[in-house]
Amino acid sequence: MFQSIYDTMIAGQRYVLIFQGLGVTLLIAICAIIIGTILGCILALMKISDNRLLKGIGTLYTTVLRGLPLATQLMIFYFVVFAPLHLPKLIVAILAYGLNSGAYCTEIFRAGIQGVDIGQTEAGRSLGLSKRQTLFKIILPQAVKAVLPTYTSEFIVLIKETSVASFIAVMDMTKAGDMIRNATYNAWIPLLTCAIIYLILTLGLTKVFDIFEKRMARSDR
Amino acid sequence: MTDEVLIKVSHLQKSFNGTRNVLEDISIDICRGEKIVIIGPSGCGKSTFLRCLNMLETPTGGSITFEGTVLTDPKTDLDRCRQKMGMVFQHFNLFPHLTIMQNLTLAPVTLNLKSEEEAQKIALELLRRVGLEDKADKYPSTCSGGQKQRIAIVRSLAMNPDVMLFDEPTSALDPEMVGEVLSVMKDLAKAGMTMAVVTHEMGFAREVADRILFIHGGVIEEEGTPEDIFDHPKSPRLKQFLNAVL
Repeated sequence: MFQSIYDTMIAGQRYVLIFQGLGVTLLIAICAIIIGTILGCILALMKISDNRLLKGIGTLYTTVLRGLPLATQLMIFYFVVFAPLHLPKLIVAILAYGLNSGAYCTEIFRAGIQGVDIGQTEAGRSLGLSKRQTLFKIILPQAVKAVLPTYTSEFIVLIKETSVASFIAVMDMTKAGDMIRNATYNAWIPLLTCAIIYLILTLGLTKVFDIFEKRMARSDR
Repeated sequence: MTDEVLIKVSHLQKSFNGTRNVLEDISIDICRGEKIVIIGPSGCGKSTFLRCLNMLETPTGGSITFEGTVLTDPKTDLDRCRQKMGMVFQHFNLFPHLTIMQNLTLAPVTLNLKSEEEAQKIALELLRRVGLEDKADKYPSTCSGGQKQRIAIVRSLAMNPDVMLFDEPTSALDPEMVGEVLSVMKDLAKAGMTMAVVTHEMGFAREVADRILFIHGGVIEEEGTPEDIFDHPKSPRLKQFLNAVL
């Protein structure tokens, strides 16, 4: 048992591959959630606006990006959309995941904003606050709280989906595990290692957001 | 009560989705200091009428003038006018993410009408008036329905409005909490506030109203002093309504 762990992971310093892959996975996930969150905020505001054009753009964006499989999108971005720019694979992966996550964040935020009772808007407007002031002072703070659980799961999904990045030959953690499998003919140990690391990441993240949620629930008591 | 007309409504119409007219043709002058109570069967359009007064519903016809400003003119700065028109809702609509104090100070401070300290001082005074100063730093979820509605009333008062609109303020309350809210409203009436109240509390209407409007089928079916309405009703529909509620 220990011998085979040593042979597959330690010998030839193959564990370094796993850590490099983990670095790539985290880099893609973190950059992508940042891009996705910013994009999601903008597009969600567009989708709830009265302007037909802005609304249309938002709807088109979320429909297309949520309607295609991620692996397909990734390859379209790499081989078609960003091909003329000759960007590094990692950058393309970050952009592709960010743009994709943006579509999901948009829907999460939109649902959160529209889920706040209409009476809140009416109360704000009847006090003389403008539409914008009502949105930022009254609606958004409540929407953030409502949105947190779904937002957490979007981040977790994102971490897991980075494993598809190998479609454009980005060496993320799953790819690293797979390379070790190829080199050692041992599938068990490298893949189990990856699985455990993914679990630690997602569990850890769930815990962190749980703390946020509890802190924000103060006004409910 | 003076003769100065504060709100002038003429030939107000409202339909939703262009189909049935909820409000057919309503005209009325509300004078400064006057207390108007609006009664009528459910679905008659009385809440819609009240919500048109501060343009929470956009009328489909007619005009509303408040302190000389035509609210129904699309160029009017509605936000500015609404600062002077307080509104109290059936379901309170307190801001759950803010403390009671912040509920009261949010609008005056955001609109740069008062400094934070000034607004807090006024808020405390208002809360004291309704006996809830100890709730200042609590969140709305810790309050009973009656407390919430009293807070909602003083939240509107914190803007120092010229008129207060009440949209069935006691309809969502447990019976034992109705009294505390009505007594705050009575105090407000005594202090000379202009009020328009949609309510099913006939006792309140009789005691406080200068004029009662009975709305039926989107029009003012009958209007008059409490004595006219309750003791000498003329229209058969009003008689029928009073028989049902009294």
